[in-house]
Amino acid sequence: MSAMNLSNLTKNTLNKMFALGKRFDGRKLLEQREFTVEYDVSYKAEGSARVKLGKTEVVVGVKLGVGEPYPDSLDSGNLMASGDLLPLASPRFESGPPKYNSLELTRLVERAIRESHVIDLKKLVIKEGEKVWTVMIDIYPINDDGALIDAASIAAMAALMQTHFPEIDKDGKIDYDKKTTKKLPLLENTIPLSLTFYKLGDSLVVDPTREEEEAADGKIVWGISHYKGKEHMIHSAQKGMDAHLSTDDITEMMKNLPKLYDDTLKKLKKFLK
Amino acid sequence: MAFKRPDGRKLEEIRPMMAKIGVVPNADGSAIFSFGKTVAIAAVYGPRLLHPQHMQDPKSAVLRVNYDLLSFSVSDRKKPGPSRRSQEISKVTEWALSPALDLKEFPNTVIDVQIYILQANASTRVAGINAASMALAQAGIPMKDLVCAVSVGKMDKDLVLDVNDEEEHFEDGEGATDMATARLANSDKWTLLQLDGKIQPDLYPKALSLADKAFAKIYEVQKKALKSVMEEEK
Repeated sequence: MSAMNLSNLTKNTLNKMFALGKRFDGRKLLEQREFTVEYDVSYKAEGSARVKLGKTEVVVGVKLGVGEPYPDSLDSGNLMASGDLLPLASPRFESGPPKYNSLELTRLVERAIRESHVIDLKKLVIKEGEKVWTVMIDIYPINDDGALIDAASIAAMAALMQTHFPEIDKDGKIDYDKKTTKKLPLLENTIPLSLTFYKLGDSLVVDPTREEEEAADGKIVWGISHYKGKEHMIHSAQKGMDAHLSTDDITEMMKNLPKLYDDTLKKLKKFLK
Repeated sequence: MAFKRPDGRKLEEIRPMMAKIGVVPNADGSAIFSFGKTVAIAAVYGPRLLHPQHMQDPKSAVLRVNYDLLSFSVSDRKKPGPSRRSQEISKVTEWALSPALDLKEFPNTVIDVQIYILQANASTRVAGINAASMALAQAGIPMKDLVCAVSVGKMDKDLVLDVNDEEEHFEDGEGATDMATARLANSDKWTLLQLDGKIQPDLYPKALSLADKAFAKIYEVQKKALKSVMEEEK
């Protein structure tokens, strides 16, 4: 019966517990679950990673293709994130055309990466104005137990960092079976990640389980990096859901965001190849 | 040295605003709002019974927002029909407006808000929200407050209000950061927060206090437009 909506009783209980700083699984409100990163989800992808954050599991594959540049950026390669909330991953996900939640997932992961300029798109030009590399980041949840965007952003960065170019001949034809040793051009010491704060009552929590996420009234997704290893930089943000946020909420988040990011980065670094 | 704005505005200066109510006679409420050359038109239809029935909420009206650019509102013609961008903006606009509305009074109904950009020169979503907020008021939907929206930019290291097209593409130093914001006019309730670019966490609250300064002015423009149409109707 996992497809049923959250009961008011659970929501009220969570609200009261959060007000006391408690959670069902014993974590503090601003404490994230442990996660693991694995690689080689598919040897057919140019880079891939699987992240397990608590019971949430996401796979990300990076495919490289050759295409035409966009008319407004003839001197740059292309970047695109897509994916879908597969019905495989939750009784709550339905087949059919992608809905807002999958759009939000892919758009926000893409924007944190794009705005941080971690991928040097200018180095992805094969022939200016005509032929460029296109980086396609595809995101699929395997099991949803909350915080999908945060987990997906970890997986996306892990996958990008071990993406290798396939062989390409003079005519621009790609041989996907032959991988080169050449890696994707990435900005050093810049790893943009998503961190989402949820609001229920007056409490802010991070990394919610599915149940906590469904109880929440509001949220905001931040994309942040320790830019070029020098200072914390926010690259993207988007508020979601009906509840408003107060200036105090935002000040509180700004106080905690850099530390939460540093913790996540430290954990991620253990898994980087 | 402070950032010099291409159109000569001061850092905290908003482009001239224009607001007009009742521009779509068929609608229950409608308005135009512009920031300089950015022009948004909004129309409200409803509350009316929501079909199909299974989408109805027995406890509340459903707010449904559609935002899009008209194909000729931008330099490179925009292919008609929803894009990933317009779908995202439609949804965040819904959430920007809903905290101001009392939707519980109209169970099983839908309130449709249609927003189109006639002419785009950046800051289109915030212009759209300002127009929609007035259109909802004219439609007589019970509201706690008007919603005011504005964009804040960060050009290299300087914060500016109401970003225009040229500024959106500024690339020097830390480049351009675009922050769309909306708040209930008279309370500390942020209903839209979006950001793209690069900004230090301790600077972000300062960007919001800059937006705060703009809201009072936008609110006056909205109120004046609504008052004038009420007087006409008398």
